[in-house]
Amino acid sequence: MDLQIALLLGQDGIVNGAIYALLALALVLVFTVTRVIFIPQGEFVAFGALTLASFQAGKAPGTLWLLVGLGALVAVIDGVTAWRTQRRHRMAHIAFWNLAYPLLTAAVVYCDSPQDWPLVLQVVGALAIVVPLGPMIYRLAYQPLAEATVLVLLIVSVAVHLTLVGLGLLFFGAEGSRTTPFSEASFALGDITVNGQTLWVLAASLVLIAVLYFFFERTLYGKALRATAINRTGAGLMGISTTMAGKLSFLLAVAIGALSGILIAPITTVYYDTGFLIGLKGFVAAIIGGMASYPVAAAGAILVGLLESFSSFWASAFKEVIVFTLIIPVLVWRSLTTRHIEEDE
Amino acid sequence: MGLTKPILDVTDLCVSYGKVEALHHVSVKVQAGQIVTVIGPNGAGKTTMLGAIMGLVPRSRGEVEFLGAAQGAVEVEQMVGLGANLVPEKRELFGEMSVEDNLLLGAFMRHRLGFRDERATMELVFETFPRLKERRSQLASTLSGGERQMLAVGRALMAKPKLLMLDEPSLGLAPLIVREIFHIIAALRNTGVAILLVEQNARAALHIADYGYVLEMGEVALEGPSDELEDNPKVIESYLGLGGRH
Repeated sequence: MDLQIALLLGQDGIVNGAIYALLALALVLVFTVTRVIFIPQGEFVAFGALTLASFQAGKAPGTLWLLVGLGALVAVIDGVTAWRTQRRHRMAHIAFWNLAYPLLTAAVVYCDSPQDWPLVLQVVGALAIVVPLGPMIYRLAYQPLAEATVLVLLIVSVAVHLTLVGLGLLFFGAEGSRTTPFSEASFALGDITVNGQTLWVLAASLVLIAVLYFFFERTLYGKALRATAINRTGAGLMGISTTMAGKLSFLLAVAIGALSGILIAPITTVYYDTGFLIGLKGFVAAIIGGMASYPVAAAGAILVGLLESFSSFWASAFKEVIVFTLIIPVLVWRSLTTRHIEEDE
Repeated sequence: MGLTKPILDVTDLCVSYGKVEALHHVSVKVQAGQIVTVIGPNGAGKTTMLGAIMGLVPRSRGEVEFLGAAQGAVEVEQMVGLGANLVPEKRELFGEMSVEDNLLLGAFMRHRLGFRDERATMELVFETFPRLKERRSQLASTLSGGERQMLAVGRALMAKPKLLMLDEPSLGLAPLIVREIFHIIAALRNTGVAILLVEQNARAALHIADYGYVLEMGEVALEGPSDELEDNPKVIESYLGLGGRH
């Protein structure tokens, strides 16, 4: 290996690591707020990328129907609950977000031709379809079990993951897709060339991390999510409802997942099941951070990215094995250094 | 009691944990501008009663009327939204957040309802608890026991409650700090907030309260104006001891 190869691998590792970092942050967020290990995270990476690819291929994405369908289900369940508990003033709000919004989005996609939209608008459109799926899935799958143990919530996550992978195959078929790059530019940096999309991924990840930091440190809703993670009882007594916090954290996590998918879609071919492996690598990073620490998880993600790219050079057949084996020394180290806390549920 | 409608009117409240009934037919009233105390031994059901009023613990029967409207199967957020705030026995602070952030979160529901006066309210809380102002950027977990209790009360005051429920505010605090906390609770009455004070420290509680209930084995054993309770031989024997009055 010479320096040039090392630099190339390093570049690759850092770019992938940046994506893993975003996913790891989302996983830590969802786990600390709701105690859900969010395995379906990866599916939203694929949904984001493939929804954008559908737009560019001039097709209506299947995720649109998922949005309409899940919205209708949530509207029925929440509508009946609001009716029964005498909270009819909530009905308009429920109907707007779960019926009107999905149908409006569908109407826009059908009446206009998204393949002629500028890239920015296509990205916004893809996010507008995929992101609301997060709170809807929280409402349908997790909210009724909000007080269940971590294990039960994990089993629900596995079920949601399998369902979404199946739907992904139904919506997008078995073929992979690539999208047009955000930028065709490339720069010479010493001996290596850095292409524009790489810089996009890095810049967008950094901006997103900064935005998240600002959200958690400076805004009342960000602080409310942190408060829920620290002390649910205390947060409840402030009027921060578990449901609101859960939906908000799922919204953020799915937005991060979908955006990650959109960022990598021009550099990797994304298949309906690609997201799972990417999500799992984010999960390894989140484990390094003990499912609790954001900075350690982000650093762990860069480590995972670098380890992956260098092992693809030295032992490409064992690339995944090496990355996932990393979890064993990490778990040993964590179990030796941290005091075990019993789950007090 | 007076002719005006009480702020909080609890009638016939029952709570069961499985087959064990923790509260039997408890009725409690709090009038506007009053401090009402519920005293009684450990395990009498005092904390359960507050939990059932707030919607933290499911009720098996009974009515809770708050601000003149019956509250059916309430959730905590609804009660907070209406202006009822509980300072729980364990304080339940956000330890890894600053004092200031803890206070800000106390105004979360008000903010959600469209009020934007949290900074002004915080200044009022700082006037009541100057110690919190000194420690505003410190993490809540680094505070002393007394300061933690002050923060818990201050955080609840950030919601500008109409009814403040305090669960054992004196628990685990040094006598001097208990006295300071009770001074502040007594002063809060003058700001118009009604207070439901649950205490094991019967002497201090009856001293500042207008009306009192004695809860024993999940039932109201005695009730009356607090100066009458202070002179009641049964209360003196069981809860005030022979130390005489201050």
